[in-house]
Amino acid sequence: MKVKKGTSRRSAYNLQSLYGDEIETHTLAVIVDNEAGVLARVIGLFSGRGYNIESLTVAEIDHQGHRSRITVVTTGTPAVIEQIKAQLGRLVPVHDVKDLTVEGPSVERELALIKVAGKGDMRAEALRAAEVFRVKVVDSTLESFVFEITGAPEKIDAFTEMMRPLGLVEIARTGVAAIMRGK
Amino acid sequence: MTRQLTGAQIVVKVLKDQGVDVVFGYPGGAVLPIYDEIFKQNDIKHVLVRHEQGATHAAEGYARATGKPGVVLVTSGPGATNAVTGMTDALMDSIPMVVLTGQVPTFMIGNDAFQEADTVGITRPCTKHNWLVRETDNLAQTMHQAFHVATSGRPGPVLVDIPKDVQFANGNYINPAKANKGHYSPRVKGDIEQITALVNLIENAEKPIIYSGGGVINSGPAASALLRELANSTKFPVTSTLMGLGAYPASSDQWLGMLGMHGTYEANMAMHGCDLMINVGARFDDRITGVVSAFSPNSKKAHIDIDPSSINKVITVDVPIIGDCGHVLEDLLKIWKSRGRKTQAGSVQKWWNQLKEWRAVNCLSFEQKGNIIKPQYALQRLEALTKKHDRYVTTEVGQHQMWAAQFMDFNDPNRWMTSGGLGTMGYGFPASIGVQMAHPKSLVINVAGEASWLMNMQELGTAIQYRLPVKQFILNNERLGMVRQWQELLHGERYSSSWSEALPDFVKLAEAFGAKGIQVQDPADLDEAIIEMINYEGPVVFDCQVEKHENCFPMIPSGKAHNEMLLGDASTEGAIEASGAVMV
Ligand SMILES: Cc1ncc(C[n+]2csc(CCOP(=O)(O)OP(=O)(O)O)c2C)c(N)n1
Ligand SMILES: [Mg+2]
Repeated sequence: MKVKKGTSRRSAYNLQSLYGDEIETHTLAVIVDNEAGVLARVIGLFSGRGYNIESLTVAEIDHQGHRSRITVVTTGTPAVIEQIKAQLGRLVPVHDVKDLTVEGPSVERELALIKVAGKGDMRAEALRAAEVFRVKVVDSTLESFVFEITGAPEKIDAFTEMMRPLGLVEIARTGVAAIMRGK
Repeated sequence: MTRQLTGAQIVVKVLKDQGVDVVFGYPGGAVLPIYDEIFKQNDIKHVLVRHEQGATHAAEGYARATGKPGVVLVTSGPGATNAVTGMTDALMDSIPMVVLTGQVPTFMIGNDAFQEADTVGITRPCTKHNWLVRETDNLAQTMHQAFHVATSGRPGPVLVDIPKDVQFANGNYINPAKANKGHYSPRVKGDIEQITALVNLIENAEKPIIYSGGGVINSGPAASALLRELANSTKFPVTSTLMGLGAYPASSDQWLGMLGMHGTYEANMAMHGCDLMINVGARFDDRITGVVSAFSPNSKKAHIDIDPSSINKVITVDVPIIGDCGHVLEDLLKIWKSRGRKTQAGSVQKWWNQLKEWRAVNCLSFEQKGNIIKPQYALQRLEALTKKHDRYVTTEVGQHQMWAAQFMDFNDPNRWMTSGGLGTMGYGFPASIGVQMAHPKSLVINVAGEASWLMNMQELGTAIQYRLPVKQFILNNERLGMVRQWQELLHGERYSSSWSEALPDFVKLAEAFGAKGIQVQDPADLDEAIIEMINYEGPVVFDCQVEKHENCFPMIPSGKAHNEMLLGDASTEGAIEASGAVMV
């Protein structure tokens, strides 16, 4: 069949197995009606169809309009990510699905509370490291600190790794909140 | 102005205002106030089924045969859980259905109250959407929205769970026009740029095929008419999925028959060899594609579907068009005509020569000899003797279902109701009841297997009670035939639990309910018996005793491609390899 190039976006000649492709990580912002069970619908979609959730945050962002924003970090091949977005998009309470990973530069932030216990040098070292990372101390006793760190998930990972040998006791992380840059 | 009504009155008023004329249901403690209101009126007919699963399939049959949503009313707990199969079936086949369930009173929810179940939780994955209504003031609004969601975009089942105290309390009624439908409104118009890209492919295709599906039927009769116009004016061949039968008339020369696992040779070979595939409202289901990596390797593919999640889910396509089949076909035809109605007529003619060669293989041929009825012959005779009637056909699930699809011809949409996506044995009988409720004067036949039919045979009581003359045409092979076929091909002929043992005497069974029973064994008696069935004014259970070991062909074994189909007389030994055996 003679068809001019560029008449279609993708070619059927490179039909690839969905599973052969590279695994990617995407951050999705899902705007939903904040009604009973909406989170269960979103999570149920992931578990029911075998998709991954790496991180999940939810909170109402418009109290009058009863809208919540769910930020999901998920992994999959490009085809699976497209399916996830399409499946989310057809849930009745979902208003919008934004893929922050492809729609342009975005900022991602996460908050963590990290408890470190130790005495003497260890304690001093932990505090020094916290200063380097510009981490706040939100609670301290003679034998422990609770640090509050905000930043990209990788920064939190790096800081917790550093704390591990210095008496890390407990970590609480919020999961990622993300938003597009610019207007 | 809004009016104060009880919740139960609101339920009935919403149903009336939504144009509902029949509800399939079963009462119980948690829906008694609603049943009380149903008792007090005559506009809505209530059909008392014999099992809630029956109510859901009856509603599906009604919906498929009318294009209107089917409505189900059941009680809490077991009433709701019994409805789960039908909702899942409706979800898989995109059937509009509104299920109303009673629930324990709001102040008892969570207490493990009598007949309490987390209905909204249980049915979340098997509905398009569901709601628990906690206040009577929200009831009308929610129910109107439920009808909107069930019927717009890709249709599907929805559920509204109504606690008993909400049914008793007073609340405001609002009519459909005033109700807030929410933001849910899937787009129906396709992207013009993509539609134009498809026109370009149509103008250049040398070996095209139109592959249509249930979406055309769901879109309404206008979409079927447009599909016919597209096919007839381009001379492109047409095949369809099990769900799409009737959208394009089987009587046309351009009809290749159904495609897929038990589709015709010509349809599957055409799918494999085409250079342009136009998918209109189908979803590349695994029964259709065979092994995906070898699916139609040399074609450009266009896909028209109202559900964006269907696009590129299984098969990556060149031209995705998100929209309602009817709207998209209308725009497509407009653009194609405005550009001069071009096709590669010469090449398409050559393609037809090839298609005719494939058709000449006569893949559905069988030999009726001796004194045992072949199931194919039974259906051929049923087709011949009923095709002039105003006829609707439902089926159960198994070999008989595939033979019905192969040997019966459908020339109009909404005439064929079968459980495609879920493959639910027990669907056909209650579905036939729903169809007959919608079309009381028509001939409604359920083509059944004896095993499937027994799964919801209690509905014979419903057929008798409402004087529904549904014809139960049972191809009795005393086997779970389709299972037996797979065991023969895949499991070394070890027929593990695939016998229908201890079968009832179907004639006596029919008579016990007050229906007519007919049994035939001899091919020579078949025609007369079928005519007797048609002419009888009430429900008939027709026990057609057929060849027990007949296999359904053609067959694309699992894990194989379209061009590796098995035909009836070919050797089937080792046809399915271990890698294919893991597939269903
Ligand atoms: C509810 C349900 N259970 C099990 C199956 C698996 N199954 C598919 S076909 C079939 C046998 C059906 O036997 P019958 O109704 O007699 O039809 P036949 O194949 O003999 O024509 C079975 C058990 C199913 N589809 N549905
Ligand atoms: Mg059988």
